Amino acid sequence: MTLLSLENLTIRRGACPVVDDVSLTIGAGEFIGLLGPNGAGKTSLLRGALGLLPGTGHSSLAALPPLARAKAAAFLPQGREIAWPVSVEVLVALGRSPHGTADPADPAVTRALVRMGLTSFRDRSATALSGGEQARVLIARALAQETPLLLADEPVAGLDPEAQIRTMQVFADLAAEGRGVVASIHDLGLAARHCSRLILMHRGRLVADGPPRAVLTDETLAEVFGIRGFHAETEDGPVFQPMGLVR
Amino acid sequence: MKPVLPALALLVAALFAASLLIGPAGLGLGDSLRALFRGDGDAVVLVMREIRLPRAILGLLAGAVLGLSGAAMQGYLRNPLAEPGLIGVSSSAALGAVLALQTGLAAALPLALPLSALTGAGLSVLLILLLAGPRGGALALILAGIALSALTSALTSLVLNLSPNPFAAMEIVYWMMGSLADRSMTHVWLAAPFMAAGMAALLTLGRGLDALTLGEDAAQSLGVNLPRLRLTLILGTAASVGAAVAVAGAVGFVGLVVPHLLRPLVGARPSRLLPASALGGAAMLLAADIATRLVAPDQDLKLGVLTALVGAPFFLHLIWRMRRVEA
Repeated sequence: MTLLSLENLTIRRGACPVVDDVSLTIGAGEFIGLLGPNGAGKTSLLRGALGLLPGTGHSSLAALPPLARAKAAAFLPQGREIAWPVSVEVLVALGRSPHGTADPADPAVTRALVRMGLTSFRDRSATALSGGEQARVLIARALAQETPLLLADEPVAGLDPEAQIRTMQVFADLAAEGRGVVASIHDLGLAARHCSRLILMHRGRLVADGPPRAVLTDETLAEVFGIRGFHAETEDGPVFQPMGLVR
Repeated sequence: MKPVLPALALLVAALFAASLLIGPAGLGLGDSLRALFRGDGDAVVLVMREIRLPRAILGLLAGAVLGLSGAAMQGYLRNPLAEPGLIGVSSSAALGAVLALQTGLAAALPLALPLSALTGAGLSVLLILLLAGPRGGALALILAGIALSALTSALTSLVLNLSPNPFAAMEIVYWMMGSLADRSMTHVWLAAPFMAAGMAALLTLGRGLDALTLGEDAAQSLGVNLPRLRLTLILGTAASVGAAVAVAGAVGFVGLVVPHLLRPLVGARPSRLLPASALGGAAMLLAADIATRLVAPDQDLKLGVLTALVGAPFFLHLIWRMRRVEA
């Protein structure tokens, strides 16, 4: 089942295309890592796919009316904003608002808090938490939306190792349950280990798309990131570690 | 959850009754109520139905408008320092009223003043939408509001500056202090529809304002139509605040302090803050209006002077407490 299809999506900021003629489809059961250097167009691609940025070409999500889109895809923005000192459960329950009422007693709220290991934070004030804890609460909000597709912009940036691995496992679990996840990510090691498919962007263009080992080749790493890396297959799964610069 | 709304509603009902029963005429409780409901006794009926009832209704409505629009504006801008006057509606309505006073229209025709103020508020909305665009962001709205407020304040000052008649100038200055004294039921019938329509529009914004807690992108991804929310906010604020200024003058601080004060009591949820602030604003304005009658019965103490005089130190106290919590 296709959860998102982009056809020739182009987004311009001034005359310069920040997303340049990108076509792709995302199906159920995929956990996709969206890779690329700073300024490659990852955030613009996610926002454009949702219709939050105007562009040319076609996006199946942007074509939906707002409420139908909110039931088809959840979005975790990069900027972690919590404007008012509401409790964690109230904040997470906002994810339920497209489905009717944002009720903290909704079982989906508890499911999301359990997945992110946040049940003990339930009644705490969201603005009184640390930055990393707030980030986890906001991920839980997106999970509570329980949409077929989740688009997350740098969900693991700034999290401690346990929370990073937990988040990647939660996303992999969602994919295993038949949903789709797209997460932009800078940690190539985490992406290689947990994602089922990687999409690599460079200067607005989609330059590689496929299983992790096929995308993180020596050539693309050198050309796109200017780095070289170390690959290994272990009993515990694939390992990738960036090693040094090539230019 | 504490029963905040019923408690506030009781407070408003008590203050509304007090507003009806307190005044310089010194009527007995039984006489007042008989006059109000049954129409027994000529002079008392006149005082109750033509003087105190419109005053109490306007205090209730204007206070509710200021509290509600303040809460909506703070929710939309995600800033506790926002207030209803931010988009320039209040100062534009005030300019309209001042022009009516200056030209003598207000003296010739009693309804000229509120009508002129409403026209000012309506024109300000057109200008705001023109300046900030129907689909622009929050920043464009704030900047357009500041520019419009500055322009209308300057024009108000110009009218005062060039006023050949010191009595008209004095009247303008007194009007700008805000008051509910000597209003008639005609004022109520003129302003109430705008206030009711504006408040009804603002009360629909709860879900969108809740979602905006997460920022504009997240709110839109939750299905909130932001351009429509913004337009509803602007039109609702303009209709209700414009009408409030038209009948009560410029009453400051209610829209700023009331949402701030009630936010902790409703768990900081913008959707719950909307009705709570409407009730809280009504309570505050009714209380302030009663106070103007009790504190200085012979001095015609102005309502806006009192709300700012009590509101500002109170606000400082809140900031003082907030500073200790945040440190």
